[in-house]
Amino acid sequence: MRTIATRGFSVEALQAPRARRQRERLIALLFKGAAFTSIVISAAIVLSLVGKAGAFLSHVDLGALLSPAGWFPRRGAYDLRTIIAGTFVIAGIAMLVAAPLGLAAAIYLAEYARPRIRKLLKPVIEILAGIPSVVLGFFAISFIGPEVIKRIVPEAPFFTMAAAGIAVGLLVTPLVASVAEDAIRAVPHALREASYGMGARKSTTTMKIVVPAAVSGIVAALILGVSRAIGETMIVAIAAGASGGSPLTLNPFHQGQTMTAAMTSLAFGSDQVKGAEFTFESLFFVGLLLFLMTLILNVLGERFVRRVRQKY
Amino acid sequence: MTSVDAVLHGLQGAKKDTKGKVLEFALLGALMVILATLFALLFDVMRLGVGVLVDRPGAFFTGKLSTFSAQTAGISQGIKGSMLLMIFVVIVAFPLGIASAVYLEEYASDTRLNRFISVNIRNLAGVPAIVYGLLGLTIFVQFFGGLTGGTSLIAGGLTLAVLVLPIVIITSSEALRAVPDSIREAGYGVGATRWQVIRSHVLPSAAPGILTGTVLSISRAVGETAPLLVVGAITGFLSNGGQNFVEQLRGKYTSMPTIIYRWATLPNQDFRALTSAAIIVLLAVTLLANGVAIFLRNRYERKW
Repeated sequence: MRTIATRGFSVEALQAPRARRQRERLIALLFKGAAFTSIVISAAIVLSLVGKAGAFLSHVDLGALLSPAGWFPRRGAYDLRTIIAGTFVIAGIAMLVAAPLGLAAAIYLAEYARPRIRKLLKPVIEILAGIPSVVLGFFAISFIGPEVIKRIVPEAPFFTMAAAGIAVGLLVTPLVASVAEDAIRAVPHALREASYGMGARKSTTTMKIVVPAAVSGIVAALILGVSRAIGETMIVAIAAGASGGSPLTLNPFHQGQTMTAAMTSLAFGSDQVKGAEFTFESLFFVGLLLFLMTLILNVLGERFVRRVRQKY
Repeated sequence: MTSVDAVLHGLQGAKKDTKGKVLEFALLGALMVILATLFALLFDVMRLGVGVLVDRPGAFFTGKLSTFSAQTAGISQGIKGSMLLMIFVVIVAFPLGIASAVYLEEYASDTRLNRFISVNIRNLAGVPAIVYGLLGLTIFVQFFGGLTGGTSLIAGGLTLAVLVLPIVIITSSEALRAVPDSIREAGYGVGATRWQVIRSHVLPSAAPGILTGTVLSISRAVGETAPLLVVGAITGFLSNGGQNFVEQLRGKYTSMPTIIYRWATLPNQDFRALTSAAIIVLLAVTLLANGVAIFLRNRYERKW
């Protein structure tokens, strides 16, 4: 057996100079520190929400959380059912708009559009995604409300949950479209070719083979869409009315308040919020609820997205 | 029908695929609805707002935020405030975000902690904007109030920086991941250290993708309103003179989207035109940024 000759040089001689190694270690540490700030941010979010939400819960009469009067924080009526119902009404309307539009756009762009058409139409969706929500909020009161809602329901008031919901739907459509399109494009070509080989038509292949194969990605798109709709603030704050508070209502053609809109009207000029004691802290309690709801939806959505990646 | 015809018919199938055509048109129709809505939105703000921009551009661009007089109100403070806010996004979120991405893609081994960091970042990206406002209110306005000056431009800028940080990290990570390992291996092969490989090869190759992400995050930050309402931009009026720069940063402020929100909620009809004009200015900025990002991506998209 021969031993490897190490005469003439040592391990140290092969290594970089000490100063350079130290510099390398320092740089790695800096990058690691940067990555850790995201954990610090998450911890700060949870701590700041939990701390004040706890203060709110321990000072407010728990019966006020189900107050029959509705959500009127300045009068000490914190009926959670009201703002949760409003949130679901608006998110529901939004998904009625975003699910068909977003999924149809995704299927068309992924399966039907020729490359040149796709290059033309895809930016339309991206432009819509780039429009700030405050602009869509204005669009809801200047166009959707008077031109669309008023024509369907003439006696609808100026501010309606329906107009806000449609605008939120427009905001969510690009998200649904892009997640769903990624999922549909991830379906292997072999599946399509097998289907065509059996003599199936394009439409049959698309609807019976490709879409079912991408279903977990499509579910993910819808879940992430709901999460975004629930968290959307400015459109609702501008277009749904009821900024002073609202009684419990499920009628989309009424004014209404969501969790997010309730938060903005509490924060609006944050030093002016007076009213009942600990009114301002209710902002953090609602924020914590909203955070938990969107977190659960996002984790669920991520899981579905990952399932697509694993399968193919 | 002869048997030959029957065979031909069976091979060709029915000539008309009506259901298929209907499906294709329905799908295309949905895209057209999106397109039409986008046009309706742009047309609506143009129709209402262009008059202001044409008739009195001077007053509009130099005037101050007012909720009483639509004739003299302007957006100068909003433009200045938004620009100053973006400085914080650029100097805080960009370096931190790109450095985090470099750690996750280039340094991090597949440990439980590192997996947790990346899952955590994806979750942060899904946290509603208004919750970031509550974070900013607790941390930057109240806890560090002595340093930031309370409901100040610094607090607002840092809140926006934290808000877009996950977007910067995610897009930069994607850009870094697209750089093939052969580039790195070539660097190590000639004896470069990890940092030398990153600095001289990986980052330059990923630069267009990273740039696209940063431009998109600026576009997102400039239109963001909800967190600024919570950390106190709405009642703020940026004073224009007599203060040094640091005092301005520690002072009250406003931004383009907060002005739009303020004006949009006024019942006075005169302000609808003003709101639309301000929206045209904001859209010009965000759509331009998005356009630049899309262009960069298409232009420099590299197939390795």
